[in-house]
Amino acid sequence: MTTIARLAQRLPMDKSAVTSLLAKSAAMSKALLLPLIGITVFLVFWSITANNINTSLGKFPGPVAVVAQFDGLYQEHNAEREKAAAFYERQQVRNDARLAADPSYQAKTRKYTGKETFFDQIVTSLITVMSGFILAAIIAIPMGIWMGLSKTVNAAVNPIVQIFKPVSPLAWLPLVTMVVSALYVSPDPMFSKSFINSMLTVTLCSLWPMVINTSIGVASIDSDLLNVSRVLRLSPLTHVQKIVLPASIPLIFTGMRLSLSVAWMVLIAAEMLAQNPGLGKFVWDEFQNGSSESLSRIMAAVIVIGFIGFLLDRGVLALQRWFSWEKSH
Amino acid sequence: MQVNVATAEVGFPEKEELTFGFIKLTDMAPIAIAYENGYFEEEGLYVTIEAQANWKVLLDGVIDGRLDGAHMLAGQPIAATIGYGTKAHIITPFSMDLNGNAITVSNDIWAQMKPNIAKNADGKPVHPIKADSLKPVVDKYNEQGKPFKMGMVFPVSTHNYELRYWLAAGGIHPGFYAPHKGDTSGQLDAEAYLSVTPPPQMPSTLEAGTIYGYCVGEPWNQQAVFKGIGVPVVTDYEIWKDNPEKVFGITAEFAEKYPNTTIRLTRALIKAAKWLDENNNANRPAAVKILSQSNYVGADYDVIANSMTGTFEYEKGDKRAVPDFNVFFRYNATYPYYSDAIWYLTQMRRWGQISDDKPDTWYKEIAAKVYRPDIYAKAAQSLIDDKSIDAKHFPDFATETGFKKPQQHFIDDIVYDGSAPNAYINKFSIGLKQGDKL
Repeated sequence: MTTIARLAQRLPMDKSAVTSLLAKSAAMSKALLLPLIGITVFLVFWSITANNINTSLGKFPGPVAVVAQFDGLYQEHNAEREKAAAFYERQQVRNDARLAADPSYQAKTRKYTGKETFFDQIVTSLITVMSGFILAAIIAIPMGIWMGLSKTVNAAVNPIVQIFKPVSPLAWLPLVTMVVSALYVSPDPMFSKSFINSMLTVTLCSLWPMVINTSIGVASIDSDLLNVSRVLRLSPLTHVQKIVLPASIPLIFTGMRLSLSVAWMVLIAAEMLAQNPGLGKFVWDEFQNGSSESLSRIMAAVIVIGFIGFLLDRGVLALQRWFSWEKSH
Repeated sequence: MQVNVATAEVGFPEKEELTFGFIKLTDMAPIAIAYENGYFEEEGLYVTIEAQANWKVLLDGVIDGRLDGAHMLAGQPIAATIGYGTKAHIITPFSMDLNGNAITVSNDIWAQMKPNIAKNADGKPVHPIKADSLKPVVDKYNEQGKPFKMGMVFPVSTHNYELRYWLAAGGIHPGFYAPHKGDTSGQLDAEAYLSVTPPPQMPSTLEAGTIYGYCVGEPWNQQAVFKGIGVPVVTDYEIWKDNPEKVFGITAEFAEKYPNTTIRLTRALIKAAKWLDENNNANRPAAVKILSQSNYVGADYDVIANSMTGTFEYEKGDKRAVPDFNVFFRYNATYPYYSDAIWYLTQMRRWGQISDDKPDTWYKEIAAKVYRPDIYAKAAQSLIDDKSIDAKHFPDFATETGFKKPQQHFIDDIVYDGSAPNAYINKFSIGLKQGDKL
């Protein structure tokens, strides 16, 4: 701050420019400083509390242990990649040998069979949650629009929505698992069953906020707009396209944000319970391991889960802004 | 990589990509070793190994085909085949190990048991500790109207039968099952109430006070010692010396559809088991290192090493030599004996899981349906033929009947003869006998 003031003295600037510069930097430092203070206080609080909790697996991990763990997880990831490279090499040799012995053999490169690292699990979880969420959106938004447009449909479907909305993923999971096992039979499936199971559970739980918000958004469109549509005799499709969608976009997006955060929470729970690959499985495996490092590894996963959830939410928000900006042009 | 003689004989595997399930326990070692030492790959098998949440999830996985095979409780293929619990025809060509379990009680219960236990000259308790010393504690709980609760891992687990065996030998009734009346809790007439907890959760459930003791495989007894929350009182080696433990389970359908794959995976597992016991357990520290990886058992090296390297720590500081705590290969540990299967059936009958009386022939038929020494013999013979393993390490397949000689080393000195299951059941003072029905 003082340097800026001193600089200002040397530069040919008028006083108002200096004050505005100072005000700007003050606002900026405020915007940065407060979260920074918040985080620092949290870290100190976390360290102190962690230090005072003794579990049978040792002390509860503090921030330092968790940071060290990230490094460990990264090293593990690299080591696993090296093992994977060796695996592919061995496989190549074996395939060549077999081809030499049996020319009709269809050589095939199989995926590495070793363990999934923390980073692999993050990717798996992200793919699963997005697939489940997109599928939910494809079903929920048209359904919500239909419910919003027609009071009759709304009256008929609403009770079902209300009943299924509060159902926990833990209740859906066994049903989904059994149904998928029964119906999804293929000798060489395109997707693994575990992926389908997690994805459908996510879909079933994240449908509802989108359905409800979309239907409310559509139902509460200004009557003037509806009258315009009626006067212009817009076809039902054009009516939805030109009037309904633009007017209800804010609520549709609110529904999507709610749904995505539900989807992310549900996914982790489903992965934990069903041992489907992903961050949830990572957490559960570590809990079962009961090693002296387990808690700090779980805590590292918790922070990553939280951070990803935050980024997903920001992502939908950015999408919404982009959409409403486009609409206004 | 050359194609060896056996490849030509056994034939290439029909299915090369396999997924095997396991529960985080040290006795899954043959699977981990077969993977890590490349034995699966030598057979042309590309195996993915996945930890499962509990024994039920694992069994369902094998039945619905999500898993091609799994580390299983010996009772699981048997129970599935006779239709107790989930019905499915599951077989085993490979028995995974002998011994490896223990019974642990909480510190509080141990303190109450201790006055009833005789001491050695050095002041340490005399082993094996019988349930007689627990009996007064259980009686006290029952008098006060408090149920005495203990944990085991699955209704048809070795651990359920071992815990029941030990309790009953000490005069404590562990309760009956009555599936024909819809009672599958196993707590009818019980003095000690047994319930299911998945293995890795045992220590935390004990710590939470939900159960007062449990029977589980390693490392979850040594973990209790390390955590300072409980005391292992008796190992299964002391309940029944060299008792059969886990098996490798696959569906009968899998074995029929993929005969070469089945023989090849059996070959890989036999090689792994041999490696685990070679040179007087010389490879055990290396095995412990592998098992302590987070994708296998994942517990700390020291905790796993305690039992895997031929010792066992009872009360903290009371570490004793138990060289056969885990046996993976010697004493023909991997051969699937009919008499082992029949022992499990006798215990299912004893505790009412099999509600009706069965003739001796029935026991033999079921055993032959589930235990498949024929597949084992083919795999072993091919290993002998390509000089991987000497024939002296295997039973003589020409004369082997699949029945062990009457076994005597039980904690209650009752002799088990697999060829006469009904006569065996009649020897117990607690439990259903021939002709009984609840």
